[in-house]
Amino acid sequence: MAVTTRPSDALDEGRVARFDRVERMLHWTTAAMFGVLMFTGAVLYVGSLSALVGRRELVRVVHVWTGLLLPIPLIIALVGPWRRALGDDVRRLNRWDDDDRRWMRSLGRDPFARPAKFNAGQKLNAAFVAGAAVVMLATGSVMHWFARFPDDWRTGATFVHDWTAIGLFVAITGHVGKALADPVALRGMIRGWVPAWWARANRPRWVQEPDVRADEG
Amino acid sequence: MGEKPIGRRVALGVIGAGLTGIVFGSHVQDAMERILGPITARDGTGLSSLFPVGRFRIYSVVGRLPHRSEAEYRLHVGGAVRTPLTLTMADLRAFPPLRLTKDFQCVTGWRVHDVKWTGVRLSDVLDRAGLDEETAGGVVFRSFDGAYTETLTLAQARRDDVMVAYELEGKPLSSAHGGPARLYVGPMYGYKSCKWLEAIDVARGTPAPGYWEVRGYDVDGWVGRSNGRDDPAV
Repeated sequence: MAVTTRPSDALDEGRVARFDRVERMLHWTTAAMFGVLMFTGAVLYVGSLSALVGRRELVRVVHVWTGLLLPIPLIIALVGPWRRALGDDVRRLNRWDDDDRRWMRSLGRDPFARPAKFNAGQKLNAAFVAGAAVVMLATGSVMHWFARFPDDWRTGATFVHDWTAIGLFVAITGHVGKALADPVALRGMIRGWVPAWWARANRPRWVQEPDVRADEG
Repeated sequence: MGEKPIGRRVALGVIGAGLTGIVFGSHVQDAMERILGPITARDGTGLSSLFPVGRFRIYSVVGRLPHRSEAEYRLHVGGAVRTPLTLTMADLRAFPPLRLTKDFQCVTGWRVHDVKWTGVRLSDVLDRAGLDEETAGGVVFRSFDGAYTETLTLAQARRDDVMVAYELEGKPLSSAHGGPARLYVGPMYGYKSCKWLEAIDVARGTPAPGYWEVRGYDVDGWVGRSNGRDDPAV
């Protein structure tokens, strides 16, 4: 999939804007909050870490509040006039076409499955993480405001919260691993743009979209 | 092109499965424990204990795991009693042992099935000290973690399923589980079962509420019949 030889800088003729400032701020605040949630969650869950850190009440409060606040950056990013790029990308992530299905079936190995801005793996990851975050919020609420719910629901919510956490851990580890394996793509989320050569090689149908132009400068 | 909103379907599917799991998850968990229990019991690596099947969560309210060796361990019994006691582990083991197999249920939801406890009936300990019936109004339990306290009424403390436990699943109680000895209150949520038990104080009058009770939990923590619910125990 990815190009193996990077064109020399002499041929590196342009940049393509990939994520605007709102998207990047949303991404990194959400990432930081996920980091806090995963750390405090692990401390609450893994016995040896619980024993090491203790202070259960403090860890619990941090975990609960970070979880409750998690949707806030997304809501802020979606309510203002600055939401255009994010809205476009949410639409892109939602829709799957024949190339995406082809990409998914071959797990990215089929050279004729040409991704647009996001490949099918990114789309699946986004959809799963979005759904799982809602599940974590719902089950976490049952666990936190347990007095309103029967014991069976508390047990069910704990069960779902634990397994979904494991699923999220796998998804996020995979996401971070993929980003580290492709530093150019990772810098796209840091600087907001990717080199045109990267976009043409990795997201060929994206650069063909009418309103996406490589800034030839 | 055949574009379809697969992303939305995946997200809604995950949400639907999760919400269904709140209602039916406890049954799924029971089934998984029956299937996986024999496997995880033989797992020497301990890795399977990371999976949410029939496992204890280790709760400590202070910044470390309190530790005391069996040799150093002393259990003080005082307050409104005729004879204050200081019991060693050997003293505790010299009482007639009480064995109980019961589910351990946390108020927040997690549950471990058929936990085997061994210890001494709390009423036996209280009888040895001899309550001052005139003034005794309740029992306070203190943890050597320096922060945790719990309380029971005299009637609750005399129940046959309330004990000072020193063995879990036939093995000496580890520090993580509240060893060398802890309170175990069979019919109540886990927070009533004070870990790292150091002192049993018979209070004169009604005792002040314990650690989590100050933070909103019910003083009478019956499983299924407290903390917002009045349905029968499960």
